[in-house]
This record gives sequence, structure tokens and C-alpha cells, in this order.
Amino acid sequence: MRKMFSTRCFHGSAWGNDMTEEKKTEEYVMGEYDVVVVGAGHAGCEAGLACARMGMKTLLLAINLESLAMMPCNPSIGGTGKGHLVREIDALGGEMGVNIDKTFIQSRMLNTAKGPAVHSLRAQADKHRYHVEMKKTIEKQPMLDMKQGEATALIVENSRVCGVRMKTHAVYRARAVVLATGTFLGGKVFIGDSCYRSGPNGLAPSVELAENLRKLGLPMRRFKTGTPARAYSSSLDYSKMIRQDGDEKIVPFSFMSDELDIDQVPCWLTYTNEETHDIIRKNFSRSALFGGQIEGVGPRYCPSIEDKVNRFADKKRHQLFVEPEGLDTEEMYLQGMSSSLPEDVQLAFYKTISGLEDIRIVRPAYAIEYDCIDPLDLKQSLENKTVENLFCAGQFNGSSGYEEAAAQGLMAGINAALKLKGKNPFVLDRSEAYIGVLIDDMTVKGTNEPYRIMTSRAEYRLLLRQDNADIRLTEKAYKLGIATEERYQRLLETKRQVKEEGERLRSTFVIPSGVNDELEKLGSAPLNNKISLAELLKRPELNYDNIAVIDPGRGHISEHASTQLEVQIKYQGYIDKQLAHVARFKKLEGKKIPDDIDYEQVESLRIEAVQKLSDRRPESIGQASRISGVSPADINVLMVYLEKMRRTGGR
Amino acid sequence: MEDTIAAVSTAYGEGGIGVVRISGENAKQVLDRIFVSDFSLDNRKLTYGHVVDPENGEIVDEVLAVFMKAPNTYTREDVAEIDTHGSVVSLRKTLSLALANGARAAEKGEFTKRAFLNGRLDLSQAEAVMDVISAKTDRTFDVAVGQLEGRLSAEIKSIRKEIMDVLVNITVNIDYPDEDIELVVYNDLSNRISQIGDMIEKLIDTADTGRMIREGISIAIIGKPNVGKSSLMNALLRESRAIVTEIPGTTRDTIEESLSIKNIPVKLIDTAGIRDADDEIEKIGIERSKESFNAADLIIFMIDASDALDDEDMKIIDTIGERQVIVLANKTDLGRETCGGKIKTLLPKATVIETCMKDRSGVEEIENEIESLVYGGKVKQNESLLVTNARHEALLREANKALSDAKSMTDRGEALDFIDIDIKRSYELLGQIIGETVEEDVLNEVFSRFCLGK
Repeated sequence: MRKMFSTRCFHGSAWGNDMTEEKKTEEYVMGEYDVVVVGAGHAGCEAGLACARMGMKTLLLAINLESLAMMPCNPSIGGTGKGHLVREIDALGGEMGVNIDKTFIQSRMLNTAKGPAVHSLRAQADKHRYHVEMKKTIEKQPMLDMKQGEATALIVENSRVCGVRMKTHAVYRARAVVLATGTFLGGKVFIGDSCYRSGPNGLAPSVELAENLRKLGLPMRRFKTGTPARAYSSSLDYSKMIRQDGDEKIVPFSFMSDELDIDQVPCWLTYTNEETHDIIRKNFSRSALFGGQIEGVGPRYCPSIEDKVNRFADKKRHQLFVEPEGLDTEEMYLQGMSSSLPEDVQLAFYKTISGLEDIRIVRPAYAIEYDCIDPLDLKQSLENKTVENLFCAGQFNGSSGYEEAAAQGLMAGINAALKLKGKNPFVLDRSEAYIGVLIDDMTVKGTNEPYRIMTSRAEYRLLLRQDNADIRLTEKAYKLGIATEERYQRLLETKRQVKEEGERLRSTFVIPSGVNDELEKLGSAPLNNKISLAELLKRPELNYDNIAVIDPGRGHISEHASTQLEVQIKYQGYIDKQLAHVARFKKLEGKKIPDDIDYEQVESLRIEAVQKLSDRRPESIGQASRISGVSPADINVLMVYLEKMRRTGGR
Repeated sequence: MEDTIAAVSTAYGEGGIGVVRISGENAKQVLDRIFVSDFSLDNRKLTYGHVVDPENGEIVDEVLAVFMKAPNTYTREDVAEIDTHGSVVSLRKTLSLALANGARAAEKGEFTKRAFLNGRLDLSQAEAVMDVISAKTDRTFDVAVGQLEGRLSAEIKSIRKEIMDVLVNITVNIDYPDEDIELVVYNDLSNRISQIGDMIEKLIDTADTGRMIREGISIAIIGKPNVGKSSLMNALLRESRAIVTEIPGTTRDTIEESLSIKNIPVKLIDTAGIRDADDEIEKIGIERSKESFNAADLIIFMIDASDALDDEDMKIIDTIGERQVIVLANKTDLGRETCGGKIKTLLPKATVIETCMKDRSGVEEIENEIESLVYGGKVKQNESLLVTNARHEALLREANKALSDAKSMTDRGEALDFIDIDIKRSYELLGQIIGETVEEDVLNEVFSRFCLGK
């Protein structure tokens, strides 16, 4: 058996305090694992699966296993930017895409008219089935144990984590730990002037662990988020709302899914009005948000309804989407109306809304505040800078959203496994994936609010499309041993089709007399000279499907492959421009800064730059250049300094 | 290898030839595009030919050019150098052509930085390189230029704000497709982009003037014929270049000289006298004098101290009005009919210096006075808003190009995503002028202006 830690570990002062000293005799070892994952939300599930799939003996802990892969807020997966993340998680062999394809009840591709890079997939989920399917997958996963229980302390020796201690005094030894505690950690719920310790959705909070992490010296902070009320479907009048259906043709999230066809359920749209806003305004003083009880920082992109009414006073109405929580429940989610007002006010303002006059609330809206870490304390591998072998993911890192959490969970899991195997971390950069943008933003720039991904955060988004996530990432995942052989073979087939069909389109020429009639029918200008099909495809009004009529020699390729091809051909100019930018970007990323650099010694650096760089300690010149307060001139100075150090051998 | 940069490597106005240096991967291509020769351009062979504008075939200058293959060059990259005549015009045009044909304007100290990073320079030079890059300087004149750039950056900021407005609307449309917000109307978008493009173009138009200022302040020497203007110029230049005779009206055209007075780059303009002339050619000269006079940052007005002020002098005094002027009471060896006191009553703001160009007395005082006026901030540069820096100009042109790409995509009805990429690019390029990046700007605005979320 491998030696994981000495007995000193249990009595070390790093975690020991009076209480634990007193109780140490009661501790007992319940298991030894390579990796223990604390928390089984979207981050924890991906982390646990990734570790187990990479051959690590893994334990997945949850305070309550009924909350495994729980969706405590909106009943949907995907959306702008987020949909990209799910496709990437899937391309890397993660589970979220597969699981939503099993359990979705409505699907839409958003932004179809706004350009291929911002097409974003979003699906309404059946929350319960989402949980059940994920739980099944985890139960069946070899090397992965799940266990109900509350972790109360990390066991840390010599700045290295070596296990977790449970509320029951059980101890799980581990060579690495992934923290994915979500809103459970130090959770506190606010409804009006009532506030109490609680995790999400009425579950128990994780209080002792929060204290333990602060004692370990991790830079903890408090964030807040919120969720709207759920209502009985039978109490709502849909005839007064606008119906929103899913797409006729469903694009799956997972590259492993073939055609999906289900009976989709609709969502509904209605609006608030002046009366709603009046009630809210009159009761501002009763909101926890304005009462000053909440110290946590909330996200700007998810304001509560009182925040919206307050900040956008001139807006006459706000949207409200009514979305089903699942097929086997009456509960409907009221998107757009999160609130920390007391229940009586909630009921009163909901009732003013068209279609909600007779509303009966099942669960009230609430705000929740929780502990998280400052992600600047994390490496890009998501390993903690202070405590070795401690990996962190999800809301614990200060992100928001199921998809952001899952993406980090997957990466934290992969990197925990790699670390234990003695291999280099797996880091995706900003030009490779939205996941790279997400983690780079958080760990290099930092965040002052719960971080949400958006397409506008990705500077190379034309390359990071949701349609090519497999081409970008699956081979890497295959090499890591996390993507299956079947997934890899699918990728190779897609690549083959794109390549061969691309070559055929570029070498197949059409002549004016042969195609001008058909072009006219397609509203496209007639040809004067012969032209390749690829060249013709660049016309905005033409696409791969509608030129089939003038392309009799065409064989069958998958729709996935034809989409790839079409985008590549049509937008080659823009893609090439971005590739040129990426080449420059990569060069700066490749210029590493030694760990022990003393910025005080770099004479020509401005003071602000010295402070910021000393504080953040970027790993490369590229990262340094993204730190606010570090100017291009500072970067140049730094490059010259590094060259000087290199030549003098660091003297 | 790095991208390709270009700059004038010799000091302006200080030599018979000037050198435009181009370094980087595409150095050869850039040279090939703008240099035409009957001889083959072999590696390391100085070759005779002409710099020609590839767009219109116009010959800019007769030059010698050399291409040097990496790594045995100053920067250890491919380097091309073009030796032009020393004239500012020729250098400027040659550089512009290089910039328009694949090179970008070098940053301050960039050649040296590259030389160092590529292992070419001695270690002892590292600190100096860093100082140059970080623009540590003791020269007060650079501070003055800095103020001018400060005004430019205010203007750039306001243009960026306009672009930001557009970007915010596009971003919110893309990232929040479900929200209750106004959709982007392509017609409006196209108009907005054009308006912003016009603002940038206006700035680009000031670049020519700006460059002159960058090269120094302009001083117009004015006075009636034969009062000693050319002699003054020669004294300041310490060499005889203008023709000096006893016959009034010898200087028929303006003569410009670039020189350095107490480390301040100065463009000295010797004007023909301002007077009524019958001679057609002289009339043209007088017109030009008036133009130079109007454009000058500082005026040196010469009078004949030995004589009373005549109509012509009075006319000049009228023209000067409230402007900053140094009055030189010249020819004091011949008499002191008109001196300090009298001038002061007519031109209260003037500084009067008594001189005698014949024995060059008073020249030192003039130099001191120019220095104190410049450093004391009394010389107000004529234009309030100017692009003074070739790098800035190049960035503005690129930003404008990105906007016009965005406009043509808009007009063709292409997807918002591509339009966004081009507009963001122009925002980013303008940001490079003032050292700001896109970063969180757009998202901050999105959240402050729109009501979004669950």
C-alpha cells in the first residue's frame, strides 16, 4: 500500500486547534483514497468522475446525496457562453452534456442569426431526472465511491493536504482533495428580515469547514446569489402569457448523441408592471438587500427584482419567464424575479403580474450568502497556491452557474489526477477554449463578483465555437485517458469528412451555363466565369445545404461535419485574422517568469506594476500583460529584465 | 520572428542623409514593395534606386537601400535600411510608405529592445534600454510634447466612448438574446460607425501638422526686407545657408531650417518680408510668409533699431497683435532710434532684445529667451489637437480601417458577431494609443446600462 502520510498528520498543528486536540482520540480512519471530492454538485460530480476515469481511487462526499447534481436555481443548462462550456466539457469527456441530453425537456439554439461563433445551445432540464441520471452514472463509475456526510476539516501537513475529517469524526485519508462546496459553505439564507444559517434549498450548511478553511489561512470572502420563487403550475393562467417553444430540430449537447427527438414542453413569458414595481418600492426597507444584512457581493448580471426596480427606475416593465421544473412536478420556476423580500411582499407583487393573479407559491424566493476563496490564490491548474494538492472548483472559486462549476470541476479533477501521477498540469489557454478563458480570467485577473462566462469575454471566440469543441479538445482528452475510444473515433471520422469534403469543394468547379439558372432561384448573382464550389459558398445567401442542387457529385457527410466546413470556408478571412492574433498571444504565454523573481529589483518598472506583479505573481509574460495596472511599457521592461537575468544566470 | 517594425533612425534635421530602418520577418517584402531599382537587391549590398509609392508610382526620393539577412544585423532580425536625403519630407514619406506596406511603427526603443532580447547588445546596456522603454526622461521639452499628447488622449477617450456605446449594444444583443432590449438596427449601426470613422479621420488629418510639432516648435522670423532676418538665421545655424545681400527682397521664398536650440527641436522659418510687392514671384513669397507666420508657435520680429518704425513695421505689429513675440532691435551698431520702451508701448507682451547681427551680439540672449519661453509654457502650440506621433498615426489608421470593415460588413447585412469583432478591434487599437485595453470595459457598461438577469 502506498504511504500517504505519516501519523504526524493527525496531530499536526496546521489544522489542530483546541477542539480537535481534545477530540483526536475519537477519530477513526474510514478509508484511504487518492482523491476526496468535497461536494457533489455540478463541479464535484465532474471532478469525481474525471479522477475515477483517470484511474484514481476517488471518494465523492455530499452532505445529502439527494442534492447530487442538484439544480437549486434555474431549470436549464446552457445559454450564451455557457452552452459553449457544456460542449467543451463534453468534448473533454465530462458528463454534463451527456446528462442533459438524457434529461432535457426543451431545447433551443440561441443567436442563430448573429454569427456562427455566438450560436448558443440552451436546454430546459427536468431537474429531478437530471439528478437521478447523474447519480446513476456516478453509482456505476468504477473507482468512484459516493458517500453521504459532512466534511468539517481538511487535514493538512507541511502545507500539503492529506485528508478530510468528517462531522462523525471519521477520517478519509487522501493524497489530494478537491473542494467544490458551492453555496453550502458558510451558507446563510435571507428572506426579508429573516436570516438563518442554511445551505441551498433548505439543506444543511457547512459551517465548521468554513471556519477550518479560514484558520488554514486561505483568503476567504463572501459572495451572494439568489433564486426566485417556484409556483404551482395549476395556479397560473397561461392564456395571458406568451408561449415559447423549443426548436423543431434539436442539436444535442453531446458529441456522442445522435439525433434527439422528444415531445418538448413550452416555457411562458409575461411582464411585471408599474403596480408590481410600486409594491416592491414601498417595501424596499423590508428587503434584506437594502437592509444591510447582506455583506456578500452579488453578481451584476443576476440582480434581484428589487435591485432591478431600484437601479432601472425608468423601466416600465421587466420580463418574467415561467419555466417547468420537470415533467413530474407542478412546480414552475419564475425566471427574472429573484428576491430577498419577505414572503408576504413576494406574494403581493407576484399577484400583480398578468397570468399570476392567483399564484400559489411552493417555495419562496431567497438570497443566499456563502464563503468562497479568492481565486487569485489558485494556480491555473486550480491547485491552491498555499496548500499543496488541494484543488478547488465551482462556486467555491467565486464563479456562478452550473456550467462554470462543471467546467472547473472537470479541470480540477483532471489536474488532481495528473498531479498524483507526477505529470504536468493540463491547462487550456484563452485561444483553446472558453474553459481556458474562464479559468484564466478567474485566476489571473481575479473577480469581485460571482463570475459568469460570456461570449464577449473570449477574444478569440471565432475559433472557440460551440460547433468545433470536439475538434479543439477531444484529442487532448483522449491523450489524458479521459475521453473514450468511441469518442475519439467519432472525432477522427468528423475530421476525415471535413478534410475530404473540403478538398472536393475546392477542386470542384462549376461553369456559368450550368448553374446560373439555379443561382437565380437562390437569389444569387449569376456567374461570369467558372468558379470552385468553395468559392461560391462564400456568398452570404448560399450555404452547404442550398447549393446541393448544383453539386450532384456530393456524398453524404454528417451535419456536424458540414457545419464545420461551411464556417471554415465562409469566414476564413476572419478566422485567419484571429489565428494571427493567437500566434502573438501564444508567444507571450510561452515566456515564463521564474517563481522567485523579485520585482523590486526591476528598476524601470512603475511602482503600481511592481505591486501588482508582486501580488499576483503571474506565471508568464502573457499573464502579466492581462493584469490591470501593468502597462505595455512595463511588460517590455520586464522582458528586457528577464533576458538580462537569463544571461547573467540569475545574478 | 517578431512582426515588422519601421522608424526613422536618424535625428530629424541633423544631417545630409536620413535612414529609415525596417526590422522583422517581412522587412524584405516591405522594402521590395516601396523600393525600385535597376540593380538586384542582394544581401548586404548597398543598392541605388528610388523609393516609389506603389499605389500611384510617384517617386518619393532617390535613395540607397540595403537588405541584411538575419542574424547578423542590429536586431538580429531581417533588417532593411533606406538612406534618403536628409529632408524631413522625404524621410516622412518614406516611413509612411513602409507603414502602409506591411510594417508597423516602432515603439520607443523597440529596435534596441529587440537587439537586446535577441542577444545582440551588451548587458551594461540593459538598464538604458529599460529607461528608454519606460520613457524616463529629464528633458522638459518631452514633457511639453507630452501635454500635447495628453490633449490627444482626451480626444481618443471620447471617441472610444462613442465606440463603447455601439459595442455595449451589440454585446448585450449577443450575450442576452432573451432579454427585453432593443435590437440593433443595421441602418443606425452603419450610420454610427460612419460618424465615428469621421472623428478618427479628422484626427488623422492633423498628423502632418502634428509631426512638425513633434519635430519641434516653429519660429517665424519676420521683419521688413533687409532688416537682418537671414543673418539671424545664419547666426542661429552658425553657418551661412540663406543668401544675404544688401538688396531688399532677396529672400523670395520661405526658408525652413530644423535645428536644436538648447536641446529643443526648433523649426526656424525665415520669411520673405511682408509688404506690398509688384513682382509676381515676390508676391507668392509674401503669401507664404503670411502662412508661415500664422502657423508659427513663436514669432521673432526684427526691426531696424537705427531707424524709426515705418508703415511696414506698423503693419507687422498689427498682424502680431496679441501673439507671443520676441522683438529683436537689430543694427544697434548703426544707432538706437527705436528701442525697448517704444516697442513695449506698441507690443506690451513682447520681449525686446537688442542685437547686432553683424558681430552676432545678442544671439546667446535670443537662445536663452526661446528656452525660457518654451519651458515656461508661454509658447502655446497653435493647434489644440494634434497627432504628433507616427505610432499613434498608424494606430489611428488601423482603427479606421477596422471600422470601415465593420461598416461594410454591416452594409452587407452580415452577422453581428463579425461586426462586433471589427468594432472591438478599433476600440482596442485606439486603446493602445492611450495605454488602455478592452478588458472589462464593455461588460461593466453592459451591466450598468441594461437590466439583465434572473
